[in-house]
Amino acid sequence: MPELNTGVEIFRIQIIAVVGSLFIIGFIIELIRRKKLQERYALLWLVAGIVMIVLSIWRNGLDKLAHLLGVGYAPALLFLVALGFGLLMMIHFSVVISSLTERNKILAQEVALLKAELNKINDEFKKRSVN
Amino acid sequence: MNRLLVIIPAYNEASNIADVVLRVQKATDTLSNIRATVLVVNDGSTDNTSDCACTTGAVVLDLPYNLGIGGAVQCGFRYARDKKFDMAIQIDGDGQHDPSFIHKLISPLQEGTADMVIGSRFLNREGFQSTWLRRIGIRIFEWVNSAIIGQRITDNTSGFRAYNKQAIALLAEEYPSDYPEPEAVIVLGLRGFKICETPVVMRERQGGTSSIGSMSSVYYMAKVLLAIGVNVFKKQNQR
Repeated sequence: MPELNTGVEIFRIQIIAVVGSLFIIGFIIELIRRKKLQERYALLWLVAGIVMIVLSIWRNGLDKLAHLLGVGYAPALLFLVALGFGLLMMIHFSVVISSLTERNKILAQEVALLKAELNKINDEFKKRSVN
Repeated sequence: MNRLLVIIPAYNEASNIADVVLRVQKATDTLSNIRATVLVVNDGSTDNTSDCACTTGAVVLDLPYNLGIGGAVQCGFRYARDKKFDMAIQIDGDGQHDPSFIHKLISPLQEGTADMVIGSRFLNREGFQSTWLRRIGIRIFEWVNSAIIGQRITDNTSGFRAYNKQAIALLAEEYPSDYPEPEAVIVLGLRGFKICETPVVMRERQGGTSSIGSMSSVYYMAKVLLAIGVNVFKKQNQR
């Protein structure tokens, strides 16, 4: 009985993983379609989804990989891979945010410099039109 | 005739800023051979700092939103670089720094003996010496920075400093963001810029609040020491 039970559990986790991955891939593609997500930032998400699906369906490969890495309970490897992708994603976003912050700072400085320049030109123009 | 830009970063300093600008103008008017321009960088203030500064005849740069002290001062460096100023002085907008020391800050620049001059409150130990907790932090910077750049700097956190043209050009491109003062010393020092200090007397701030709250001093130390450490391992172009 316990053997059958674990078999059913693994089967169930496979279904959950496949459905979950498909849902994420679909959601990401929909976001790209609505232009709410740029392709360059979607790439890592799609790769993660595809890897998850492959590992979920291809039970034999998952088992072999788990054995290779010394993971006793193969489906746990799915979580490990997902977690790894999550971590990678967060580092990726930290890098993106840092570069955006830097560009944002330069942009704000340029705006301030241009505004001051524009004010100066406007003042001179007013003075000239009065004379 | 040398052109000097006095950069005053100001965030919600409406109550002081006009007074500070006028005192700077008075101090710089007496300098011989120097034509000074006062620049107030309004760092996205929510009060009328900008209008108060404008009434004094100073040039005012209005940042569209708050960038923090580093971003504001760097904006001043970019102005100095674009307008080809020979020297720049940075002085706080809260009245802590006495503009009558400006001539002492720029004289090593004029003689060509230094690229950057820091106004230090610890050389003669006169005036406001900061709280004991902050003095400990400042002492740590003194050890760390002096060891890294091989020049003894007693007041790494002083925001009262002068720079020559070469230093301006570098800092317009890369100036640290969050708590820039100790890090800027490293940025210049590691590239072989000559840094010297001159004694100044500081007052307690006259209004506004410090950019470093008491609770965040540990974060401040950690962040700046990390930044200094990273700087040491960054690729440096020697001048």
